[in-house]
Amino acid sequence: MSHSAVAVAPEREVLALRGVSKRFGAVQALTDVDFHVGAGEVVALVGDNGAGKSTLVKVMSGVYQPDGGTISFDGRDVTIDGPAAAQDLGIATVFQDLALCDNLDVVANLFLGREIRRGGFVDEVAMETEAWRLLRSLSAKIPSVRIAIAGLSGGQRQTVAIARSLVGAPKVVMLDEPTAALGVAQTAEVLNLVERLREQGLGVILISHNMADVQQVSDRIVVLRLGRNAAEFRTAETSTADLVAAITGASDNAVTRRAERRATETETAEPATVGLHKGDPA
Amino acid sequence: MSAPVTDPVADPTAAGVPADLLDERLIQEQGLVGAVLAFVRRVRSGELGSLPVVVGLVIIAVVFQTQAQTFLSSRNLVSIAQFAAPVGIIALGIVLVLLLGEIDLSVGSMSGLSASIMAVLVTYHAQSLWIAIAAAIGAGVAVGLVYGLLYTKVGVPSFVISLAGLLALLGLQLRTLGENGSVNLPPTSGLIVFARQKFVTGGAAYGLMALAVLLYVGARLLTWRRRRAAGLSTEPLTLLAVKAVALLAGLLYAAYYLGIDRGIPYLTILFVVLVVLVDLALRRTRWGRHVFAVGGNEEAARRAGIKVDRVYISVFVSCSVLAALGGLLAAGQLTSVSQSSGGTDTNLTAISAAVIGGTSLFGGRGSAWSALLGIFVLTSIQFGLNLIGVDASVRYVVTGLVLLLAVAIDSVSRRARSSSGRG
Repeated sequence: MSHSAVAVAPEREVLALRGVSKRFGAVQALTDVDFHVGAGEVVALVGDNGAGKSTLVKVMSGVYQPDGGTISFDGRDVTIDGPAAAQDLGIATVFQDLALCDNLDVVANLFLGREIRRGGFVDEVAMETEAWRLLRSLSAKIPSVRIAIAGLSGGQRQTVAIARSLVGAPKVVMLDEPTAALGVAQTAEVLNLVERLREQGLGVILISHNMADVQQVSDRIVVLRLGRNAAEFRTAETSTADLVAAITGASDNAVTRRAERRATETETAEPATVGLHKGDPA
Repeated sequence: MSAPVTDPVADPTAAGVPADLLDERLIQEQGLVGAVLAFVRRVRSGELGSLPVVVGLVIIAVVFQTQAQTFLSSRNLVSIAQFAAPVGIIALGIVLVLLLGEIDLSVGSMSGLSASIMAVLVTYHAQSLWIAIAAAIGAGVAVGLVYGLLYTKVGVPSFVISLAGLLALLGLQLRTLGENGSVNLPPTSGLIVFARQKFVTGGAAYGLMALAVLLYVGARLLTWRRRRAAGLSTEPLTLLAVKAVALLAGLLYAAYYLGIDRGIPYLTILFVVLVVLVDLALRRTRWGRHVFAVGGNEEAARRAGIKVDRVYISVFVSCSVLAALGGLLAAGQLTSVSQSSGGTDTNLTAISAAVIGGTSLFGGRGSAWSALLGIFVLTSIQFGLNLIGVDASVRYVVTGLVLLLAVAIDSVSRRARSSSGRG
């Protein structure tokens, strides 16, 4: 059950990792991991703590070098030997802590490190115009691009961080726990953003602990467990129970046991529904 | 505010609303009244800017004028403007370091060392003034470089580096000055002439002021045209006109009033030009943007691809160079260099000036103009207290209290900012 991996034909593979391994001292963090994302596809990467998600993300964003395996981008074999190399290829990463400067305004943050210049000075007009174009393309709700990041809500900050990842016109965007710190409405807005990235033909990699978010927005779900590929699902054909089983590695796990206990305690509740709620650790 | 001609941004809303004002939540005001209302709202939400300092200057002027009738005299104001400049230039360097959230406690010693090097080269080694100045500035570059490398490569806190520098540079200064302990500059030295005897008066002064306003208005109009062409909101032209006229009137009056006595000191003009250049570099160049970014969130800056180490090193070098320059000008002003040149007084005055002017101690917030405003506040207090004839002890206490007040205002307005979402 947990290994019911579905063979999914990629739309048009942009980024593909084959047989990637990574070892830290005595710990084998990744073993023979395959992963790919196509243009206009949202792939969710899920797994328990310590499953190797973060390591895999860091391999793709150039922070770590894999010990084995190959990475291909746009059909060519590549080595990603640093964050700058990843950016140059067209792989943008939005880290969980967003990495924005609170004291700078939205425009300055969007173009930080990539300021448009005109005669030696920064071109505020060109940057502001481009900022509005980017934010509109995401239908983002930012009242003014001239207010400091400190004055924005959590969802708005996430929006700015995602918009910033688009400045270099990337082909793949990785989002690390984009909804972890957000409220209900803000989460919905970020999920809308993810859909808009897909509409623009970008490959989106979504790392999340939140099964509800993953199921709402992804096309395909890749499950890692203990540093290996545990399962792969088409989101439309997957139940939360299947996902949880794949993540924990057993159909009889803490989550299902808890669900059953609740079901027997309260006769009214239907096990499947309870399972869905309990499958959501957020 | 007619419809933008070629507008890639404001898609469906061709109603003539600039692209950046489309959001209906944005509070908008137009025209002059709007500008005033916006200003009031900014102040209420804790974005005080230089308002406290300007208010402080007015209070100082009123208090001292009522105590000593000569405080606002042309002669006294010219002296203040002249005397404030050298330490103001040192404070300008401090502003840069503070923007990174760092500190340089050795600027006083640096200024003293640079003055000693120059004085010794000119008087004992018969070098030309320019070579002596170049050597002194070179010493500033070297010291800044050492600080920057120690900070970025070794990771010693700037507080400790510059505390060590404070002592080490003082030692070098004493060593440079030799046994006599003081060196008198030749009375005809170009530095003394520049720092003490050169003033712009009459037509030249008015012309200078008009030129400054012209440059200001020209730059604003260029921005206005480009923003309009890009379909972004523009500053109302009437507001710009009012600002320009007010600025011109103020500057012309200043030129006239200072002209009653000796005129505008060259030294002050150099100071103001440096402030304008540093301000331009901070707000309008990539380097300046990166300084603010590193001061605000170093990790974010690093991940954005900014070469953080270079930013630190360039700022430490700029600070030491400005301190060296300030020391040279102070030497010219006092006509001699001694073991006490650039003593603790210089150090603390420069740092206090930057903070009093409104540059935050915690990095990422401030402006080059805070050096100018802060040093005028401190120098005015010093001159005022001298005029009414109080003891130096009182002066230290008052200066300390003013510094405390300035930081308290900063802390309170920071709280107002965070509660009104301006961080």
